Amino acid sequence: MSVLLIAEHNNKEVKPFTLNAISAASQINEEVHVVVIGSGSDEVAKSISQVPNVKKVIHVNNSIYENYLAENYTSVVVKLSSNYSHIVCSANTFGKNLMPRIAALLDVSQVSDITKVISDDTYLRPIYAGNAFATVKSTDKIKCVTIRPTSFDPAPTTGGSAEIQNVEAEKATEISKFLKKEEIKSDRPELGTARVVVSGGRGMQSGENFKLITAVADKLNAAIGASRAAVDAGYITNDHQVGQTGKVVVPDLYIAVGISGAIQHLAGMKESKVIVAINKDGEAPIFSVADYGLEADLFDALPKFLEELNKLNTIQK
Amino acid sequence: MKILVAVKRVIDYNVQIRVKEDGSGVITDNVKMSTNPPDDNAIEEAVKIKEAGKASEVIAVTVGEEKAQETVRKALAVGADRGILVKVDGVIEPLAVSKILQKIVDKEKPDLVFMGKQAIDDDCNQTGQMLAALLNWPQATFASKIEVKEKSLEVTREIDEGLETIEVKMPSIVTCDLRLNEPRYASLPNIMKAKKKPIEQINATDLGVDTKPRIEQIKVEEPPKRKAGIKVASVEELVQKLKNEAKVI
Repeated sequence: MSVLLIAEHNNKEVKPFTLNAISAASQINEEVHVVVIGSGSDEVAKSISQVPNVKKVIHVNNSIYENYLAENYTSVVVKLSSNYSHIVCSANTFGKNLMPRIAALLDVSQVSDITKVISDDTYLRPIYAGNAFATVKSTDKIKCVTIRPTSFDPAPTTGGSAEIQNVEAEKATEISKFLKKEEIKSDRPELGTARVVVSGGRGMQSGENFKLITAVADKLNAAIGASRAAVDAGYITNDHQVGQTGKVVVPDLYIAVGISGAIQHLAGMKESKVIVAINKDGEAPIFSVADYGLEADLFDALPKFLEELNKLNTIQK
Repeated sequence: MKILVAVKRVIDYNVQIRVKEDGSGVITDNVKMSTNPPDDNAIEEAVKIKEAGKASEVIAVTVGEEKAQETVRKALAVGADRGILVKVDGVIEPLAVSKILQKIVDKEKPDLVFMGKQAIDDDCNQTGQMLAALLNWPQATFASKIEVKEKSLEVTREIDEGLETIEVKMPSIVTCDLRLNEPRYASLPNIMKAKKKPIEQINATDLGVDTKPRIEQIKVEEPPKRKAGIKVASVEELVQKLKNEAKVI
């Protein structure tokens, strides 16, 4: 029995959620192998080989894998699958796109987005936007599982020295082609892993007004989030969306500004350690999950909040 | 060009979910049901493509109990031409749904299959990708923009880092994100007209697909409750609490 984990990377660096998925994988079984499918991705394979939880790295290095396509990744993983009892990856847009394609070809009913490993075949997973949790047991011979990254700590990155095995590429897909990626670069912490998240909703009223959020986020070294309403209205880009169909975040501090708190938004943030809500509607559902609620007009409250933060001698980073 | 759109009947997105006391699932009796929200986007996109003269027929299909027909009927009211209900009772997993849809695709031979990226009940996010795998078709998931070319689609996908654009050859599967379009409301005359549009009923058992669940649901529980919070009177108090009580700043 061993677990095959599919790494997400950009050919230079491994993406952080892969480390969370490695932790979950080693809770399923200690024999964790990681497949790195990439182009010129030697550094990625090497860095993963140094993760102590990893027993072997399988490196498939070919120019056809320069950009990630589910069709290309699937043929590699399916080929390797016969040696494994579990195939695992993170439940972000990378893994959500990929794993079902693999599972269907293996005739396996996938278990999506688990938040806890109960045993090697039994897992806890949220359903109905986290309004219920199901304990489920997979009866398939191979188990295909995606991991909610924020529910597992990242694996340590040094101290290991796993063997790196090179494996030949499969035939490149002819039915799908990568054209371009518009990646939004930012110096801020990543939304999925930030210690503090400041989020704005429809109450922000415009994209321009998000500068009030930005100023507070700068001060707290926070990532910027948004409700679906704010993204739909064009105030901010989709990569900031927190919620059932956006990102799930579990920061130490989540500050929701001008967000009413629809079920779908709460699904993405209600596990945060401390939640602050600033909203002028005292009846807004966001207050039901907030540790600290401030019923106020955000256009008064945010500048004042920044002013108060500026008065503090020290702020945690 | 023919477009098949798969839709699912789910508990309405505004309903507060309640877990059954015996832990066997969530309460669905006397609860408002609706079309899975991103499936509305999938129907809308197919109808728009037809209205632009690039498709000749839009077929709405659902897999579920008899009442799931309502969801197909709603799709017909916003512009789908005809419907298919594949009847199956009890729990049906995405793998079984995708096998059923594969049979429907074999029969109807559509050029495109659209569906929502995720159902808001089981939150699996699997069916489209699984169907693509079974058919050996390309998949364009989480689509926020679709451009129909002669023999391919150019699809913009919402991904964690931002946006990605891929080109997929037809036939292909697209799973739709909520920002793909603004689904229209059905007008009363169109709701009336939809009642006359045909819905073919098929029994899943007649398709020869094994729909037996592979995942055993052991129990369903409520999420842990959050401790009730407090309201603060001022920004000063908020900052003081965050600093000295919660110790997070």
